This record gives sequence, structure tokens and C-alpha cells, in this order.
Amino acid sequence: MSEKYHDSDIVVPEEKQYSYLNLGPTHPATHGIFQNVLKMDGEIIVDSEPTIGYIHRAFEKLAERRPYNQITPITDRLNYCSAPINNIGWHMTVEKLLGVEIPKRVQYLRVIIMELARITDHIICNSVIGVDTGALTGFVYIFQQRELVYEIYEEICGARLTTNIGRIGGFERDFSPKAWEKIDKFLKIMPETLKEFESLLKRNRIFMDRTIKVGGITAERALNYSFSGPNLRAAGVDYDVRVAKPYSSYEDFDFVIPIGTNGDVYDRFMVRQEEMWQSLSIIKQAIAKLPEGPYHADVPEFYLPPKEEVYNNMEALIYQFKIVMGETDVPKGEVYHSVEGGNGELGFYLISDGGRTPYRLHFRRPCFIFYQAYPEMIKGSMLSDAILTMSSMNVIAGELDA
Amino acid sequence: MENIVNALNEKFADQIVSIETLYDFPVILVKKERIVDVIDHLYNHPETKFQYLTTLCAIHYPEQSQIAVMYQLHNLESNQRVRLKIYLSDFRPVTPTITHIFSAANWLERETFDFFGVNFIGHPNLKRILNVEEMIIFPLRKEYPLEDQTREDKNDTMFGRSA
Repeated sequence: MSEKYHDSDIVVPEEKQYSYLNLGPTHPATHGIFQNVLKMDGEIIVDSEPTIGYIHRAFEKLAERRPYNQITPITDRLNYCSAPINNIGWHMTVEKLLGVEIPKRVQYLRVIIMELARITDHIICNSVIGVDTGALTGFVYIFQQRELVYEIYEEICGARLTTNIGRIGGFERDFSPKAWEKIDKFLKIMPETLKEFESLLKRNRIFMDRTIKVGGITAERALNYSFSGPNLRAAGVDYDVRVAKPYSSYEDFDFVIPIGTNGDVYDRFMVRQEEMWQSLSIIKQAIAKLPEGPYHADVPEFYLPPKEEVYNNMEALIYQFKIVMGETDVPKGEVYHSVEGGNGELGFYLISDGGRTPYRLHFRRPCFIFYQAYPEMIKGSMLSDAILTMSSMNVIAGELDA
Repeated sequence: MENIVNALNEKFADQIVSIETLYDFPVILVKKERIVDVIDHLYNHPETKFQYLTTLCAIHYPEQSQIAVMYQLHNLESNQRVRLKIYLSDFRPVTPTITHIFSAANWLERETFDFFGVNFIGHPNLKRILNVEEMIIFPLRKEYPLEDQTREDKNDTMFGRSA
């Protein structure tokens, strides 16, 4: 203490006392590993500082040493709720680089798989919004249907969550009759359950009170933050990669892009809900129009030959060896390809220097880009609304941290 | 494509290094000095209106001692895309930030700093984002190989893999 007081020594106490709350990294309500240091005034959030990177696995670096077919399992682990979209998006990127013509049947089969994946992704997000508002019932009902989709994946590729589905050029085998049976079963059961789930929440007074005008963002801010996918569409911008730059024959199908008006939790919920209906319709259209033909493109450098040919055919043996050892060179080039993932525009920016591995691979992860708007979206809201905002944005830790 | 070139020629004709189309994607290589002005011009120009930042990332070219930074812009109304590229020196790469134009650039620039050490001047909070704060290297640069170079058990030269 100095003996003499100066004016500058007198500190006016701050009028408000703020408390700091660590939300995460391992908090059961955040559905993933997210840390947010919240500056709280009572129960109102004044400011927040997100920390990410808890499950960073250096995918972009790993990809620089892996042959192209070995990168597919990496993409599984981006948005693991809709892994097939990531897999197929990556395959299409490589096919674009190689300039391969993909048979129509493969494109339609891919559409079926990708729309199934979109449904599972939205099931998780929407049912979890329900859980966070206190409605566990819908979650329990609709998760059975997610199980049905996983059984379809199992029938097609053998895996459930991290699917590694398909190959560069198409699929490793045609869909089995059992797989078609399961798809039919799903298409029969899902509309009923989805309707039931929707009626549990859509006009539910508690749910509406909790979600309407909560965690909203305007279209201008959403665009400035480069939102994409359902979160952007909920804010009222009809940007969908499936329509803006159709891939895999999406132009053949008739579907609607639902948009919201307020960009709040309720709009995001409703947009996802409507997208599930649209996805079901796309799957039905794809099955109805499914053309006959080969289930993979003619890319022997990337497509494992059948075993009997490997033993009897010199070329097949060479290709088998090159693929297994990962020694296939690809042309030089720089290519960007994006697909509409569960959360928005999932882009692959690939630079090849002609070697066996990419020179540089950059993933445009929608979660990583829109999660940075989170502090702005929860500013001034209650803590419980912040949890709801996060779950309605469907931030997937795997995609966020790459 | 023409509208972009025309818009750029109005003010930045001397800034364009090359224009090409890579797999139906227009790529414009510009000089690094005025990249922010170029992006700002394309953002505001009525003919282009690139008001959506799709992504931003860097590429390291150790042979040329260069780091390329690419900005991918999108006009959602006319559904047109463009990729702008600049080349920086890989020794202490420096370029101005575009966070005042695109809020989305905040974390993307932090990520680029984190992995390549590109210093975005004027960035509000330029610190590591995915890696630990204590890290002293920039891991996506090519001088840091993925695997430990002292290992010999993986030296599989027969199959074209030297170290």
C-alpha cells in the first residue's frame, strides 16, 4: 500500500460480478467433446470462448502418406453420423481427378446410400433436440429406425458406423436381395415412425416454447459465417449442393429444399424433419428408376479384381498387387469436389502431384466453419438454451476436429 | 469467368498473374500484395458479388520455398465459384487477414496458422486452434514428415518407399 493516494488508485468496482463456468470438455449434455468457458451473469451467458481440437487426429497430414483407397476410412471418421456420404464424396473426388465415367446404376445406388445416411444423421440431431428439451420418448422410438439403416449398411459393406462403403469407381459388390429386402422394410416402417415422432414434438407446447426464437441467426450473419446445410436453410437461404451443383445424378430426382425463416432451433428441427421426408422420397424415386448395368466403373487400377481372375489372369494379378500395396499413381491435378453432407457442404480439395498419395488434401468441414458462430448465437441466452442451440446445430466432434 | 476477369481488370489488372480453369473450377493466381483489396472488390462488385467464403487453406511447396494460400469464394445467387491463390515465402509467411470481410475466415485462418505458420496480420485472435498451444512446429509443412525418420523397420525401398 502506498502512503499517498492518487486518483488513479481508486478503482471503481465493476457493477456486476460475473462468474465463469466451464461447460465441457466432457459434459454429458454437449454430446461430444466441446469445451466452452462461459462468462455468466446469473444464468445469462454474457460471453463464451470455445476450445476445440480435443479429438484432432491430423487427418490432413495422414492423408499425405496414404494411398487413395486408404483415405476412405479416414473420411468415415469425419462426420461419423453419416459416414457413407463422406466416403462417397471422397470417391467422387478421386473419380473427378481421374476423369472416370461412372455408370448410372452406381450413381443411383450411391444416391440411395447417401439419402439413408442423411436420414440417420438427421434422426440423431432431431431426436437429441427432443432429449435436450426433456422428451426422451421420441429418441427411443426413432432410434430403432436408425438401427434398421445400420443393418442395411451391414448388408452392403459389412460395417455399421464407420462404413468404408463402396470403392473408387463404384461398389465392391451389387446390393444383395437381402439388402433390398431391408431397404423395403425400412421404407415401409420409417414413414410411420417419422410421422409419430413428428407429432410428438411438432405442435408440442413445451417443445415449441423451448425452441422457438431460441438460438437464432439471421440469414446475413449465417452467410457471413459460411453456414451451409440445414443450419443455413433454416435461416432462409436455399443453398443445397445437391441442387447448386448436382452430383451423382441428383438432377434426375424431384425433391424440395425446405427452408426456415428465423434460423432458430425450431426451424432447424423442422428443416431436418422435412429433409428426412424428402430423402425418403428420393430413395423411392431412385429405386423406381434404378437402371440395370454394372455396379462399378471400369477403373482396374482402383477396383480389386475378383479372386478367381487374380489367380488366372496376369493383369488382374498386377492390379491386385498394385492396389494392395498402394502403388497406383494418379494424374497430376487440383480438384475440388463438394457434396451435401449431413451438416452442409462437405468439400474435398485435393492436389495430386502424380504420386501414390495426395500432395495435399484439405477437408472443408461444415461443422468447423459454422461452430465458430456459436458464441454469437448464445450470447444473451440462458445456459439451457445454449445446450439446445448446440445440439440443434448438430456439431459433430469428429468433423469439427478432423 | 469473363465477369470475374472484367471486374478484376477494372482496378487490379496488374495484380493478375494467371487465369486458368482446373476441372471446371476457375482459378486466378494473384499477387500477394493486394489480396484483401482484390477479395473486397470481388465481394462488392455488382457483377461478381462473391459473398460466401467456401474455404481457405494453405499448401506448402518446399522446393520453391513457397506457401500458397487459396481462397475459395462462391456467389450463391449466380452459383459461380472462384479460387484465388497467392504465393508467400515459406520463411515467416505473412499476409493480411480477411476476417473483417468474412467472419468465417476467423477459424480457417487460425487453422492455417496452426498448421503452416501463416501469420495473418490483423487477425483478432491468431493462436493455435486444433493443436496444443505448446507445439513449436507447424505440422502440415513438408519438412515435418509423418513418421519418425530414425525408424528403420519401415524402410521399404523395394516398394518405392524410402523412409
